[in-house]
Amino acid sequence: MSYAIDVRNLTKKIKNNAIVDHINIRVQRGKIYGFLGPNGSGKTTTMRMLCGLLSSDDGEGHCLGFDFKKESDKIKSQVGYMTQKFSFWEDLTIRENLEFTVKMFQKDNIEKRVRKSLEKAGLTSRAEQLAGTLSGGWKQRLALTACLIHEPKLLLLDEPTAGVDPKARKAFWEDIRNFADSGFTVLVSTHYTDEAERCDKIIYIAYGSIMAEGTVSEIMCGFSSMEDSFIYYTDNSLRNKL
Amino acid sequence: MILSFAKILAILKKEFIQLKRDRATAAMVIFIPLIQLLLFGYAINNDPKHLNTVVLSEDNSIFSRNFVVGLKNSEYFHVAGEIKSDAEGRKLLQKGDVQFVVTIPGNFSRDLIRRRVPSVLIEADAADPVTAAGAVGAAREILTSALARDLSGVLSFLRNDNLLPANVIIHKLYNPEGFTNYNVIPGLIGALLTLMGIMVTALSLTRERERGTMENMLAMPVKPMEVMLGKIIPHIIIGYIQAAIIVAAAKFLFTIPLAGSSFLLAIAMMMFIICNLALGLAVSTIAKNQMQSLQIAMFIFLPSLMLSGFMFPFYGMPSWAQMIGSCFPMTYFVRITRGIMLKGSNFSEMWQNFWALLLFMCIVTGIAAKLYKKTLD
Ligand SMILES: Nc1ncnc2c1ncn2[C@@H]1O[C@H](COP(=O)(O)OP(=O)(O)OP(=O)(O)O)[C@@H](O)[C@H]1O
Ligand SMILES: [Mg+2]
Repeated sequence: MSYAIDVRNLTKKIKNNAIVDHINIRVQRGKIYGFLGPNGSGKTTTMRMLCGLLSSDDGEGHCLGFDFKKESDKIKSQVGYMTQKFSFWEDLTIRENLEFTVKMFQKDNIEKRVRKSLEKAGLTSRAEQLAGTLSGGWKQRLALTACLIHEPKLLLLDEPTAGVDPKARKAFWEDIRNFADSGFTVLVSTHYTDEAERCDKIIYIAYGSIMAEGTVSEIMCGFSSMEDSFIYYTDNSLRNKL
Repeated sequence: MILSFAKILAILKKEFIQLKRDRATAAMVIFIPLIQLLLFGYAINNDPKHLNTVVLSEDNSIFSRNFVVGLKNSEYFHVAGEIKSDAEGRKLLQKGDVQFVVTIPGNFSRDLIRRRVPSVLIEADAADPVTAAGAVGAAREILTSALARDLSGVLSFLRNDNLLPANVIIHKLYNPEGFTNYNVIPGLIGALLTLMGIMVTALSLTRERERGTMENMLAMPVKPMEVMLGKIIPHIIIGYIQAAIIVAAAKFLFTIPLAGSSFLLAIAMMMFIICNLALGLAVSTIAKNQMQSLQIAMFIFLPSLMLSGFMFPFYGMPSWAQMIGSCFPMTYFVRITRGIMLKGSNFSEMWQNFWALLLFMCIVTGIAAKLYKKTLD
C-alpha cells in the first residue's frame, strides 16, 4: 500500500498551546479523504503544514515521497492547495490569475492550458472579468480550476464547496472523483455530512487531535446519523482534554 | 541558488498590471513629485523685491538722511520704519518681521569727512542667503549714488575714484553656512525616493498578507528571492521615473542645471532606491497590516527628512542630532545629489558618501532577506 501522505506526530504550537497535537495522518493514493471537525479544530493548520505553508513544531514523515519538512518546494510543485478564504488576486482578471498560476508552476503551453481550464470550468465568457467582481460561488470555481491547472498529484482542498450551489457542488464532486479515479489523491475538508458520505475515508479531528478515522460505515457504526457520531466524538474529545 | 527568470518576469508583470489598475497609486507616482517640486520650488524667491527693513540711524547728518531716502526709494528694500536701539532691531529680526536692520553708526559723517571710510552695517536674516547676498550689492549702490550727489561742489575733494568713500558690511544671522533654497530640489529627490520606496514596497507586501493572496503565493513553488526581486524591480523603475521627473522639472521650470555627471547620479540613485526598497521589505515583515506598515514607514521617513540635512543645514544641528542623522542613508544621498546637481562634484570628491550608501545597501538588504518569511507564521 502506498501513501500520498504519511506523517506522524504532526504538531503546531502557538504560545505553548498545541492547536494541532501530535496527529498521525495517512492518506492512500487514489482515494478521497474527507477531513472533518468542528470550527477551530485545526484542519486548516494541518493542511498548511502539510504543504509547507506553516512550520511545524514536531513531526516527521513524507508527502508524495518527499520529506515534508525539508523538501517543501518539491511538494508544492505537485500539490494543488485550495485555501479556505479566496486567495487569488482580485484586481487581476480570471485569465491573468490563471496565466500567473501556470507560470509560477513553470508549465508549458500556457495559453492552451488556460483555455482548456476556462472551458472546463465554464468561465470562458468571464475570462476578462476581474476576479474580485465574481460572485462567491464563482470565486470558488476559479480557485478550484486554478489549483488543478498544473496537474497536481495531490489536492488539498480547504472547504472548497462553501457557498457553492447544489448543481455546481455535484459537478465539483464528480470532478474530484474522476481525479481520484485516475490515480491521484484528495484530502478535502468540509462541514457537510452529505459530502463526507462521498469520501472513501474520513478523518475526524477535534481540539487538535484525531478522534476517529475510517470509512463512512466504520465512523457511523452504532449511530443513527453521521451528525450524531460527530457530536459524540467532539464531546468525547472534550472530555479527554479536561 | 538558481533563480527562475520566467517566474520573476511573471511576478513583475502581475505587479505592473495591479499598479495600472490602481489609479490612485499610479497617479501618486507621477503627481507627488510634481506637486512637491512646485510647492518647494515656488518657495524660492528668484526676484526679491521690497524686503522689510528697519533703519537705526545714530548719525544725524545730510549724508545719512540721504542714504535713508535712497533706501526708501529703492525697489530692493522696503523701509518699514526707523528704530532707536540695537536690541529693538534684533527682536524684529528674530520675530521675522524684518529681513534687514540697517545701522548707520554715530561717527559716520565725521569719519566720512576725515576720509576714514566709515561703514554701514546690515544685519541680515540669512535664512535665505540668496536675498541676503543681494542686499549688500543693492545697499552699496544706493550708498554710492547718494554720496555721489552729496559729495559734490566744495566736498568733491572727498571723492575718490578708486576707493568708495564708505563701506557696507553685512552680518549674516541664523544661517552662516549659506544654506540655499536651491538645496531643496536635489534633496527632494531623496525625500521622495525614501517616502515612496519604503511605503510602496511595504504596502504592496502587507497588502498581499492582509488580503490572503500571500498564502496563495507561498503555496506555489517560488523562492523568496524570486518574490522579492519581482516585487522590487517595478519600484526601482518607478523610482527612476520620479527622479527623472524632478531632475527635468528642476531644469526646465527652475533652471537649476544638472551640473555633474548624470551617470554618477543614476548610480547613486540605484543604491539609494535599493536601500529604501529593502527597508520597505523589512518593514513589511514586522508590520501586521497596512496601517502599521504605513506608521513604521513614517517613523523612518520623518527623522530622515528632519535630520539628513534636507530641512536644516546638517552641520548646524546639535551633535546628537548629527549622530542620529548619520544613521539614515538619506543623509548621504542628499549630499551626493546636491554635490552632483549643484556643484558638479565628481566621484573622488564624494567617495565617502558612496561608501556609506553601499554599506547601508548591503546591510539593509541582508536584514530584509533574513527577515523575509518563507511561511505564514
Ligand atoms: N496565527 C494564529 N494565532 C493564534 N491562534 C491561531 C492562529 N492560527 C490558528 N489559530 C487557532 O488555531 C485553531 C485551529 O485553527 P484552524 O484554522 O486550523 O481551524 P479549522 O479547523 O480550519 O476551523 P474552521 O472549520 O473554522 O475553518 C483555532 O482555534 C485558531 O484560533
Ligand atoms: Mg479552516
